[in-house]
Amino acid sequence: MELLLAITIGILYASGIYMMLRRSLVKMIIGLILLGNGVNLLIFLLGRLTKGSTPIIPDGLDTFAEAYADPVPQALILTAIVISFGLQAFAIVLIKRVYKVVGTDDLDELSYNEDDETI
Amino acid sequence: MTQLILLPILFQACLAVLLLFFYTKTKTQKVLSIAGSSVNLVIASLLFYTVWVNGSMSVQAGNWSAPFGITFVADTLAVTMVLLTAIVGFAVSVFSAFTIARDRLRFGYFSILHFLLMGLAGSFLTGDIFNLYVWFEIILISSFVLLTIGSEKKQLEGAVKYFALNMLASIMFLTALGILYGLTGTLNMADLSGKVAALENRGLVNVCALFFFIGFGIKAALFPLYAWLPDSYHAPPTAVTAIFSGLLTKVAVYALIRVFSVVFVVDEFFSQLFIILAVITIFSGGIGALVQTNIRKFFSYLIICHIGYMIIGLGLFNEIALAGMVFYLIHDVVIKTNLFLISGVIVKIKGTSDMRKLGDIYNDYPKLALLFALSLFSLIGIPPLSGFWPKVSLILGGMEADNYLTVGFILFGSFITLVVVAKLWAQVFWKSSANLEEHEDFSYFNKLRKRRKVAILFPVVFLTLVTLYIGFGAESVNTLATRIAGELINVQPYIDTVMGK
Repeated sequence: MELLLAITIGILYASGIYMMLRRSLVKMIIGLILLGNGVNLLIFLLGRLTKGSTPIIPDGLDTFAEAYADPVPQALILTAIVISFGLQAFAIVLIKRVYKVVGTDDLDELSYNEDDETI
Repeated sequence: MTQLILLPILFQACLAVLLLFFYTKTKTQKVLSIAGSSVNLVIASLLFYTVWVNGSMSVQAGNWSAPFGITFVADTLAVTMVLLTAIVGFAVSVFSAFTIARDRLRFGYFSILHFLLMGLAGSFLTGDIFNLYVWFEIILISSFVLLTIGSEKKQLEGAVKYFALNMLASIMFLTALGILYGLTGTLNMADLSGKVAALENRGLVNVCALFFFIGFGIKAALFPLYAWLPDSYHAPPTAVTAIFSGLLTKVAVYALIRVFSVVFVVDEFFSQLFIILAVITIFSGGIGALVQTNIRKFFSYLIICHIGYMIIGLGLFNEIALAGMVFYLIHDVVIKTNLFLISGVIVKIKGTSDMRKLGDIYNDYPKLALLFALSLFSLIGIPPLSGFWPKVSLILGGMEADNYLTVGFILFGSFITLVVVAKLWAQVFWKSSANLEEHEDFSYFNKLRKRRKVAILFPVVFLTLVTLYIGFGAESVNTLATRIAGELINVQPYIDTVMGK
């Protein structure tokens, strides 16, 4: 199982970085999403895969009675998922705006050099 | 008394939420933001004073004892950064209130600004590395909104580059976190310190440290990963760029300092890596500034150039170099914010940021030119102004480590800063300006009422006074920097504070 997950993570990272290196805006976002999922799986894998019960000490005992699953990686992943969800939502709105204003989804054409008057 | 640590974070959070209730009332927002920033300045000073007198403090969130819960630690470095954030936040809040267009303020500008300041305070004070990631994301999402608010074409284009690279940096940071948790099973930085040192698998530890370095290096705009910075910092309103340049790259430098002093050690390999990348950063930032024609892109390259100094200090890692690094950090936060505020005033006077068309500032506004010159001289490091003293410490640190490459590049960096600032002075202040057509919808500086002029110049004067204090009160700042350097070299007191021994 570890090997399978490790290979999956490798593929997610590789394809994510490949997509980020493409010139299209949409592909860049897809690349970021793939990388984000790769990271979440990585944390999951490195938190050790155990077949354990919930980490709650039963009544009347001081220690765990049986093997338990570490809850921290799950909390980390949940936080990371929520954050990346928010950022991806922002990214999709951003590229839609960019496409509307600039009229292209080619990253190479995003080089605006005209003088600016914003203060 | 230890609850005081959380106050800078909680106060900004409450202020930001309060501002949301006045979403469309821009006048109320301005008053609240300026008043809130002044109160925050008092809170930060109080925290700084307490830590300066009583030493480091820590507070465990939810009373879960370390290393299980999230710890907030106020050591000298953290509270210094919080104080600097409060100073810069106050100046930018005032500058925003009088320069940002009403359309932008109506989209919750001030609220987001205070969320950004909350994120900064949080990342300086946290003692938990995953919590640091969360604060970084808060900073990131707030900065996205500040960058794009207004949706001009160049803003959106800058935002795409800023977004892509900073997201990548966050993913690198999270990857490193995952590996570190897998190796040690803890996220508390003080707890990590001992556990990482005891690990057998040094190869994986170094890979993990490299991931941290790449993640923070992108955010700090180190060579070769700085290209996003000059491409996005010229786009948003000057007040936004000012707070970005003062604090966002520095929070990454702070994270690097924290991670490489508490969790990892700067060994031979990392020392070499830091120094080589830092000298190339100084070189390419300085050369980059030389060819810019837009005043704000010009200052953006100077940010990159001067990041190198701090990373050199981290690479040398002896007490005097670290003191120089911390001193430079303090100087840099204030001066870079001030430079962008100055560029804002110049754009406000002339209506353009193209250095080929600018000119005549000295002729038209000699007193203002003198005020700006003080900051520019401090930037170059002309004694006895503030840029001079940290460079002395850094050079002494370089000599102590027998690393004359760093000494040479520190001097080269100062020299190239002098050259580019001289070029800026000749082009913007002395040269006579081109005939600029007047924009109808642009409110020029000389057409403003006197009260507004004073209000726009107030933050510049305020920050210039802080810079002058750093320069003329160098002895006290150096005492502070040396104390921080001592804490960075000997981290045992930090660990004891967190673990509550």
